[in-house]
Amino acid sequence: MAEFRLPKNSRIRKGKHFPAEGATNVRRFAVYRYDPDSGENPRVDTYEVDTDNCGPMVLDALIKIKNEIDPTLTFRRSCREGICGSCAMNIDGGNTLACTRSIDDTRGDVKIYPLPHMPVVKDLVPDLTNFYAQYASIKPWLQTRTPPPPDRERLQSKEDQELINEPSACILCACCSTSCPSYWWNSDRYLGPAALLAAYRWLVDTRDEATGERLDELEDPFRLYRCHTIMNCTQACPKDLNPAQAIAETKKMLVARRY
Amino acid sequence: MSLRAPLGRVLGLGTAKDGTDHWWGQRVSGVALVLLGLWFVASLLALPSLQHYDVVEFIGRPINTVLLALLSLTVAYHSYLGVQVVIEDYVHSHGLKITSLVLSRFVHVFVAFLSIYAILRIGLGA
Repeated sequence: MAEFRLPKNSRIRKGKHFPAEGATNVRRFAVYRYDPDSGENPRVDTYEVDTDNCGPMVLDALIKIKNEIDPTLTFRRSCREGICGSCAMNIDGGNTLACTRSIDDTRGDVKIYPLPHMPVVKDLVPDLTNFYAQYASIKPWLQTRTPPPPDRERLQSKEDQELINEPSACILCACCSTSCPSYWWNSDRYLGPAALLAAYRWLVDTRDEATGERLDELEDPFRLYRCHTIMNCTQACPKDLNPAQAIAETKKMLVARRY
Repeated sequence: MSLRAPLGRVLGLGTAKDGTDHWWGQRVSGVALVLLGLWFVASLLALPSLQHYDVVEFIGRPINTVLLALLSLTVAYHSYLGVQVVIEDYVHSHGLKITSLVLSRFVHVFVAFLSIYAILRIGLGA
């Protein structure tokens, strides 16, 4: 059966408290901590951060904590401008990017957890191996039979380009897939909104000539049809994309080729 | 711990090349249920009373017999599709999943036939 309670060794305990001495504007950050080497259960540590000496985003606070308060805190980050997708995490109950989420968007304590329902490598770092393999499984590259023109690229009209404009803006941060309850219960067989949005990006690419094969590969009760239009994916997407609509369009294509 | 490559795990047994009939069937039966449901509620409200005689007389009219039989079939079909999804979503042990799916099919077919028999019995005046 689907498990609705965390396994015994994953239940979260109360952690340490790190007060900010002598600061006037203080925000508290409750951060999930887990170290597989310690053999201990996960815990939630509370850090007080002086916001007068900190950047405006949640990632700024995490970096400040790591630099000045607790160097053992582990998280992924790279571009700090919402294009690499590394710092995806669950902030204040919603999946988003720490670098584009303002501290002021949260009232009270800022609660920070790793992306839900994924194996945790350490602290805020989830294991995305399966997620990336699912992306690879949809063959995210151009497949054609027509040879390319000898003297130039394969051309697209402006209208055709606009079809792939939005879906190709996905940064694979995994916020959508890990916000989807259906993905939580069946991520071993359901591809999840991120991989399906990527698949859709190639389905609507007018230069691609493997549409039929791509649809064949998706037509499966689990790979595609585990989507129950919950639409958490669209709500979570920090890039304002619409994976739910892409999945619905894919389902329509599968019906359209029958009648 | 499996040493199988992640991509190999994801590809698994391959695609079932199925699911569209199920998805489309659920939508079409849903639309049918809206229409049949509206007719059913309106008909109940229009009944002079809910006394045995009036209800039997209502079911006995040929068009009502047919529509009620259709309603029962559609409800059973739609419910079977829905329960199947719930089982596939939440029951992960293979044996229990297959058993539940087969049992659910039996129960839904039984309930559908039971309803249709009852409706026809009144409709055909047996």
